[in-house]
Amino acid sequence: MAVTQVVRSEWTKIRSVQSTVWTLGLAAVVTIGLGALISALSKSEYENLSPRDQLTFDPTFISFAGLSLGQLAMVVFGVLVVSNEYSTGMIRMSLAAVPQRGTFFFSKVAVATVLALLVSLVTTFATFFLGQALLGNLSASIGDPGVLRAVIGAALYMTLMAVFSMGVAAMLRSPMLSLGILVPFFFLVSSILGAVSATEKIGRFLPDQAGSKIMQVVAPLNDDTPYGPWGGLGIMALWVIASLALGYALLRHRDA
Amino acid sequence: MIELSGLTKRYGERVAVNNLTFTVRPGIVTGFLGPNGAGKSTTMRMILGLDRPSAGDVRIDGRHYAQLHDPLRQIGALLDAKAMHGGRTAYNHLLCLAQSNGIPASRVTEVLDTVGLTPVARKRAKGFSLGMGQRLGIAGALLGDPRILMFDEPVNGLDPEGIHWIRNLMKSLAHQGRTVFVSSHLMSEMALTAEHLVVIGQGRLMADTSMADFIRENSRSYVTMRSPERERLLDVLHAAGIAVADGPDGAVEVDGVAAPELGELAARERLVLHELSPRQASLEEAFMQLTAESVEYHAHDGDPGAVRGGPAPGGGATSGGEGQWGAGWGGPEQRRRKG
Ligand SMILES: Nc1ncnc2c1ncn2[C@@H]1O[C@H](COP(=O)(O)OP(=O)(O)OP(=O)(O)O)[C@@H](O)[C@H]1O
Ligand SMILES: [Mg+2]
Repeated sequence: MAVTQVVRSEWTKIRSVQSTVWTLGLAAVVTIGLGALISALSKSEYENLSPRDQLTFDPTFISFAGLSLGQLAMVVFGVLVVSNEYSTGMIRMSLAAVPQRGTFFFSKVAVATVLALLVSLVTTFATFFLGQALLGNLSASIGDPGVLRAVIGAALYMTLMAVFSMGVAAMLRSPMLSLGILVPFFFLVSSILGAVSATEKIGRFLPDQAGSKIMQVVAPLNDDTPYGPWGGLGIMALWVIASLALGYALLRHRDA
Repeated sequence: MIELSGLTKRYGERVAVNNLTFTVRPGIVTGFLGPNGAGKSTTMRMILGLDRPSAGDVRIDGRHYAQLHDPLRQIGALLDAKAMHGGRTAYNHLLCLAQSNGIPASRVTEVLDTVGLTPVARKRAKGFSLGMGQRLGIAGALLGDPRILMFDEPVNGLDPEGIHWIRNLMKSLAHQGRTVFVSSHLMSEMALTAEHLVVIGQGRLMADTSMADFIRENSRSYVTMRSPERERLLDVLHAAGIAVADGPDGAVEVDGVAAPELGELAARERLVLHELSPRQASLEEAFMQLTAESVEYHAHDGDPGAVRGGPAPGGGATSGGEGQWGAGWGGPEQRRRKG
């Protein structure tokens, strides 16, 4: 079973279903739109900020504000790419065609990841430049230290969110169940854990919080985060690897 | 060729497929018959390597499914016509399957034409009728031009024209020397298409026989007679050298003598008859009785004769059943033939 055949097949699968493609478009539009809105608002509110907040004002990070919502579209994309197979029953045709389940699963994940990464790169560069344009004299430049890392890092973050969701969807199979767990988790639980001081230290090892460290250019005052930008992304990557490994292990042993 | 040996599938306590051993041969249509829940689909999923057998083994031309190189080129299957993404067009659905097995895109156009879906090739599958979905599923099975084809209840939900089409398709595939394995729960359907028959009930093998043998042994005609003077009727028949069997409710059943002859005989003897009716045991009846046995066996594993007060051997055991079901084949309603 040639891997290139399976990769080509998975590419056909992704591009031939509109709903999946739309979620990627939605991720881009939401991230860019909301990022622009919040950048514009931050510019007009800057005068009212305390001197302390003005000191740690991070124009790069602010332009990525739309990611809080856009990442959910990436989650939906990741879930749909995998769970579509189960909800439609296509999985049986797919595994009959490609009985090597590892080849099947990782080809699918690879194709979806590359596509997600391309869309994410376009999105984060667009949202960065648009956001900076709206921030006017407060803006950062792509050549400033750490900025390029943050922009590329934001794209990696978006992509990893999608890949993490693919692993979870492979475990749970049902799209409703997967979304019902992932969306509230990233939208509510993670931020609640991060906001309460007692759980904050646990919260920052969650994939989204650890991963988002890479988008920061100006660290907050008294920052005691025990990892740096790449360390944070590394923690997120570990989560992703665990999710894929578990998803694959279940796919391998389960009846289809 | 598909070879099953001791194939077994348990879901928790439930044994869905129980120690199946049989071979599906090339060049003929083999019908796979069993009532709902008998384990047909489960068996087919195990053949395709989708479900892991709890015990036993299944081989496709001597190899395990996972060892097949580009499996769609060796064995094509229709499991569930709805098992496709409704948002994908018919063409793209087949294209992604074809690409995974290195089948050229031109073949996609070909099979779409074979099943008559060319006009809707670029339409999304969710708008398809049941019959169109079935045809698309069959196109998927034909895609790799495989030597072995497997169809799980392909005529489900099809109109007469579609059923006719599928019957001819299966026959012509077998005629080309391919192995064709098709499941159904309708005996009448199988009688029209299958040359060989594998019957299962409750996951167990009930029969593995040629269609011709099955028909010969199970479509006997007989005559039911009733008379208020039952004893005298028996004497008269006996005197004429006619073998009889007990029917239900005191009826007498006669094999091998036509109804007019029996009526004339009774008239000569001035015997009052309340019934004189020629009957034919249908294949469907034979099949139902065969599989009903499995329920009995399931509940009272052991001696079925004890359950119904006397076995009825020789009622029409088909070959190859290896005695495991043949002993009880007869059933409570079945006429017990006296010599
Ligand atoms: N995944 C599963 N988990 C638990 N039980 C199952 C599973 N799949 C099948 N079964 C059980 O196994 C038995 C056989 O089912 P199967 O679908 O193979 O029968 P079938 O002969 O195809 O029936 P039908 O004619 O209705 O399609 C049934 O009792 C069913 O409930
Ligand atoms: Mg079935």
